[in-house]
Amino acid sequence: MSLFKTITAKPWETKGVIGGLEAEGAIDAPNEKVALSVFLVVASVVFSLFTVGYFLRMELPDWQPLSEPAQLWFNTGLLVISSVLFQWARNIVNTDDHKNVKIAFITGGFFAIFFIAGQLLTWSNLQEAGYFMTSNPANAFYYLMTGLHAVHLLGGLWVWSKSSIRLLSGRDSNDVKLSIELCTLYWHFLLVIWLVLFALLSNT
Amino acid sequence: MAYVPLADRDSEMEMHHPHTWIGRWVFCQDHKVIAIQYGSIAVFTGLVGLILSLLFRMQLGFPETADYIDPSFYYQAVTMHGMIMVVYLLTALFLGGFGNYLIPLMCGARDMVFPFMNMLSVWVFLVSVIILMASFFVSGGPTGGGWTLYPPQTNLAGTPGHDMGIVLMLVSLGVFIVATTMGGLNYVVTVLQYRCRGLTMMRLPLSVWGIFIATILALFAFPALLVAAIMMLFDILLGTSFFMPAIIESGAPLDHNGGSPVLFQHLFWFFGHPEVYIVALPAFGLVSDVLSVHARKNIFGYRMMVWAIIAIGGLSFIVWAHHMYVSGMHPYFGFFFATTTLIIAVPTALKVYNWVLTLWEGDIRLNAPMYFAIGFIFTFIHGGLTGLFLGNVVIDLPLSDTYFVVAHFHMVMGVSPVLVVFAAIYHWYPKMSGRMFHEGMAKLHFWCTFLGTYAIYLPMHYLGFLGVPRRYYALGTTDFLPQSAQDLNTAITIAALFVGASQLLFFINIIWSLRNGPKADPNPWGAASLEWHTPDTPPKHGNWGESLPTVYRWAYDYSVPGAHEDFIPQNTPESEEPTVDEQHFDPDQDESLADV
Ligand code: HEM
Ligand SMILES: [Cu+2]
Repeated sequence: MSLFKTITAKPWETKGVIGGLEAEGAIDAPNEKVALSVFLVVASVVFSLFTVGYFLRMELPDWQPLSEPAQLWFNTGLLVISSVLFQWARNIVNTDDHKNVKIAFITGGFFAIFFIAGQLLTWSNLQEAGYFMTSNPANAFYYLMTGLHAVHLLGGLWVWSKSSIRLLSGRDSNDVKLSIELCTLYWHFLLVIWLVLFALLSNT
Repeated sequence: MAYVPLADRDSEMEMHHPHTWIGRWVFCQDHKVIAIQYGSIAVFTGLVGLILSLLFRMQLGFPETADYIDPSFYYQAVTMHGMIMVVYLLTALFLGGFGNYLIPLMCGARDMVFPFMNMLSVWVFLVSVIILMASFFVSGGPTGGGWTLYPPQTNLAGTPGHDMGIVLMLVSLGVFIVATTMGGLNYVVTVLQYRCRGLTMMRLPLSVWGIFIATILALFAFPALLVAAIMMLFDILLGTSFFMPAIIESGAPLDHNGGSPVLFQHLFWFFGHPEVYIVALPAFGLVSDVLSVHARKNIFGYRMMVWAIIAIGGLSFIVWAHHMYVSGMHPYFGFFFATTTLIIAVPTALKVYNWVLTLWEGDIRLNAPMYFAIGFIFTFIHGGLTGLFLGNVVIDLPLSDTYFVVAHFHMVMGVSPVLVVFAAIYHWYPKMSGRMFHEGMAKLHFWCTFLGTYAIYLPMHYLGFLGVPRRYYALGTTDFLPQSAQDLNTAITIAALFVGASQLLFFINIIWSLRNGPKADPNPWGAASLEWHTPDTPPKHGNWGESLPTVYRWAYDYSVPGAHEDFIPQNTPESEEPTVDEQHFDPDQDESLADV
């Protein structure tokens, strides 16, 4: 069903039931996944607008670029591992390998926690080195954007912890499968956002 | 991965029927109850906004007698009035109120896709209203920087509420955005995924289309406000300089340095302009349905109406800087935005033509909802035309920040959507309550509101041409303003008090009729769309009784020759379609069939 075809239909001409015996949604995916995808677009808008603000503010004379700590490379590695583990869990969720699903999914979440801990560490290192939020807009943007990314990750971890508990309690119903799939999608999204942010912050 | 639904749609949704009063009215997940909660909170907040406006109108109309209003309170009242009306009343009422009530019913669904999140949405909305109201009680009072909250002014000591008031305002907006996002995800996914069998997107009533596209706009536009609010909160609370330039406050330089106030304006209006269409598009949709039902005609140019809604939605994201012509922008920049602004008037005008053509040769029934719907066409044309003036840079420069702008946006965003709100409430009241309202009183309410608001806003255009600036506590003595400007202000205030008071007619009518109105027919207006064909009136939790409806046609089969009651409901199969009775059918009487 293409969008163009949909909106050029002439509803006054056709009568009778259109479609099969069952009602079907416009998108062939679980509702939760549709909702999550829409939410990801909304979150991208938020990050894009911060980026636009970043570029506009950068033009002004008081901007002093911040040289990002090398530790960010290490943190990035942690987040990549986290995403890879989620993907692994997602790949084998339909097999009988329940043990590895649990291992992959739960350690995946822990690597995200390590990532956030790493980010906090860079924050405190920067503070100690005298890069305060108020001293320069570049610093302020750094704290703001990394912080916002971490907040999004925390939201994901909340869902992750609920799903982990259900996974450990042994009820691997369809619900948990869906939640693993959605968490994986969300984690990849946040990884991409992070990579873009990282590139933006370190190249300016 | 192909998706296999867990169960058949009919039984998929577990209905949780609450038995206690709290479960029924407070923590309820039924979309209809949530709609009424959303609507009531919004209307209550709107009444606060209305009272504020009457107070500051007292100052403008009777500056000598109204000495209980000092300049600070004047600015606070104007600011809170604007923000309340735009965001907490109209946005919440159209999306949270009408969206919640109508989407599942018009889509033939039992409820929203995520009822729990829906309930959460209304509670988070309530929290945002409480935070907003709290700012009246903190030291320094609510913010008085104008509803556009421009920094640096809003954050400086000269502005009332620069300490706590603005913080609470920004936090409240943030919380509101969370609520709208939760609600919005629900509305979008419900429209996409929960339409009943046979109900294609192009068979949806225009109400659903309007609310659907407006919700998408809300999801994409509110982030800009969120971003602006977060950065401004950082500036105020943590001392950063995103927006705050180097500035001197009461003789002493502040710690801020180098920030860009214009960046805030861009972010605000990137939200602000789509926001006006977040309010307008649902109004467009609802009024289309009301007009079509009471004119007993299909809406003229259904497809064009849908396309116009989509086009306006898309274009509304590239016109924002027409609010910033006086910000010192590059002339080419202004040229670009003037062009896009005038382009957006094309689909808008198209809709107006189609409403008028829907009435053309219709079998118009002048019921109270129809009064309001036709009134809307007048006020909207009026406000749209003044928009065209303001869209041109050279005309806007002298008119910007005068009462002409106030008149423009009140015609187009104040009066017009409110007339639609009343049209829609009167139109769907029989379904929502199971009772009829008092028709005569509703019509009186219409005339008071329609003529009264004209008495308020028409003179404001003239004041704007005279050059009376907006947001001034008092006009003072200036050469270019004659005494008649002050006299006009007095007249406007009297009209405003009259309109404010006449809204009592509405509240008395709908509250009194709730118990004492005559029992309503399940479909008193003879409407074809699904919500009028529920097994119960008002619809019960789950809406459709045993099984979901099936849809065989679009929502606008009116004045069908030979039809039992001149219309065919959406869920009537072709086999039960009335055949034209040869003996009683006179082709001369009915042109639509003359060439069959
Ligand atoms: C025909 C299409 C329209 C055009 C060309 C147009 C143009 C404009 C322009 C240029 C301004 C800025 C005036 C100034 O500040 O100097 C403005 C203000 C405004 N317009 Fe429109 N407009 C149109 C339709 C609408 C609609 C449909 C709505 C709402 C439903 C609306 C709501 C507003 C509001 C709220 C403001 C004032 C904001 C403020 O400064 O506080 N306009 N319009
Ligand atoms: Cu605008």
